[in-house]
Amino acid sequence: MKVQRAAWCFVAPALLAIGVFFFLPVAAALAMSLTDFDIYALADIGNLRFVGLRNYIELLQTPLFWRALGNTFYFVIVGVPLSIAASLGAALLLNSRVTMLKGLFRTVYFAPVVTSLVAVAVIWRYVLHTRYGMLNYALSWFGLEPVDWLGDPDWAMPAIILFAVWKNFGYNMIILLAGLQSIPHDLYEAADLDGAGAWAKFRWVTWPMLGPTLLMVSILSMSGYFQLFAEPYVMTQGGPVQSTVSVLYFMYEQGFKWWNLGVASAVAFVLFAIMFTITLLQLRVARGLDA
Amino acid sequence: MKKLMLNGAMKGAMNVAMVLAGLLAVFPLVWMVSVSLMRPGEASAFPPPLLPAEATLANYRELFAHAGIGRYLFNSLLLSTGATLLSLMFNVSAGYAFAKLRFAGRERIFRTLLGALVIPAQVAMLPLFLLLKQLGLVNTYGAVLVPALASVFGIFLVRQYALSIPDALLEAARMDGAGEWRIFRAIVLPLLTPILVTLAIFTFLGTWNDFMWPLIVLTDKDLYTLPVALAALSREHVQDNELMMAGSVLTIAPVLLLFLGLQRYYIQGLLVGSVKG
Repeated sequence: MKVQRAAWCFVAPALLAIGVFFFLPVAAALAMSLTDFDIYALADIGNLRFVGLRNYIELLQTPLFWRALGNTFYFVIVGVPLSIAASLGAALLLNSRVTMLKGLFRTVYFAPVVTSLVAVAVIWRYVLHTRYGMLNYALSWFGLEPVDWLGDPDWAMPAIILFAVWKNFGYNMIILLAGLQSIPHDLYEAADLDGAGAWAKFRWVTWPMLGPTLLMVSILSMSGYFQLFAEPYVMTQGGPVQSTVSVLYFMYEQGFKWWNLGVASAVAFVLFAIMFTITLLQLRVARGLDA
Repeated sequence: MKKLMLNGAMKGAMNVAMVLAGLLAVFPLVWMVSVSLMRPGEASAFPPPLLPAEATLANYRELFAHAGIGRYLFNSLLLSTGATLLSLMFNVSAGYAFAKLRFAGRERIFRTLLGALVIPAQVAMLPLFLLLKQLGLVNTYGAVLVPALASVFGIFLVRQYALSIPDALLEAARMDGAGEWRIFRAIVLPLLTPILVTLAIFTFLGTWNDFMWPLIVLTDKDLYTLPVALAALSREHVQDNELMMAGSVLTIAPVLLLFLGLQRYYIQGLLVGSVKG
């Protein structure tokens, strides 16, 4: 049983760290979301009171919370499909027999992924600048009027989505590329013998064979996109007129600006519940399609 | 014949698409470098200039001399290196034990850990902040390092790789009377080197690029990491595009170079990590 004892010595430090600095806080967050933890409780814990579900009920009556939820859903519903489409397009190009310099382009497409979000957000704020920005300049070649990307409530979210797709598509591209490369080659040869064109091969071989990878990529992307925070923090500060306040941005302001830690914990759990439910739904739908 | 020509056109179109997508991907990064070398105010023109009229390092000098960017660069380097070392220390032994050593409850504990992956880190942030405040760690380097101590992802990454170590090798060492610690150090660690490099890059990049947590726990300007400092600077200097681009270059260049040098390891980790679902 010497091995058993050694094994515990090997895992104990990591388990202890994860237990104390992750599991314990998660449990505490659930408890905290049922209290009125605020700046007074922060000063003296004696001011803390149990309020049951009041934080959750009040959240549902807070217009800005609904706004944040709506903005986050907008970001996820538009951003995730766009991002996956871009990733798939890039992966297909890199996997094709006819394209050249694949190693170079793979690195080039991936470069935005490893950059610091804050730093590239600063760059994009300049690219999107109404008067001096490169994007509006490019649009002017096509005779289009300049858009006030980050100053117009209707355009701020699309601008952030554009930025996020640029930043992230390389990540899923690598995973999809691995998926494409694992499709057996004889399937394409068989399709060739049947006289299938490029589109037919994509529709009847590539797409179904890539199904599990696409499912995984969409689940990972959704959970990433639900955690929108740094983009609005750096680029728009939630504005204009709260059009880019996301759920996490709302949580951050409630928690660390106004010190309403009880309310902020409730926000965190609502976000978690939504993400969890949607992941389960995706898995259910995928299983339904398989059967 | 007609089909051959069609194939040729298709081949050309696909290569053009590949180059265009590549330009879109790197354009903002290349332009950032170019603008960072321009004189103050030069970038605020229409149409936006592609290249500086006369390249100058004035913005970089300004950042080091007056904005204290050397300090932030140092903080980022120190914290990323520290987090990397801690993460290696905690995750590697645990990942190996989950893969190769039998102990009661191993499977159940591992499944619980994997289950925790669905919980977003932000859920733990508020109480973790209070806990660290109790421990007197808020507004110290320690607060940034604590979440890096051990991670489910790190343990999983090492475990997946360690599964391929042959049991016979470990058994033979035990027969020879080697202790578990000695086996780990002399046999296991050398075999795990590639995945250690992978985990190290992931942790280093993750810590370097992290924004929300350091923003929360570091209030003292002297302790800011580059992304936090850059966000603060960009609020003060909204108009100074050239200066901000130089700051972005300094924030991005180190990690981009690290990735370019070691991308094989990074991509391997990404593929292992993505099967976690």
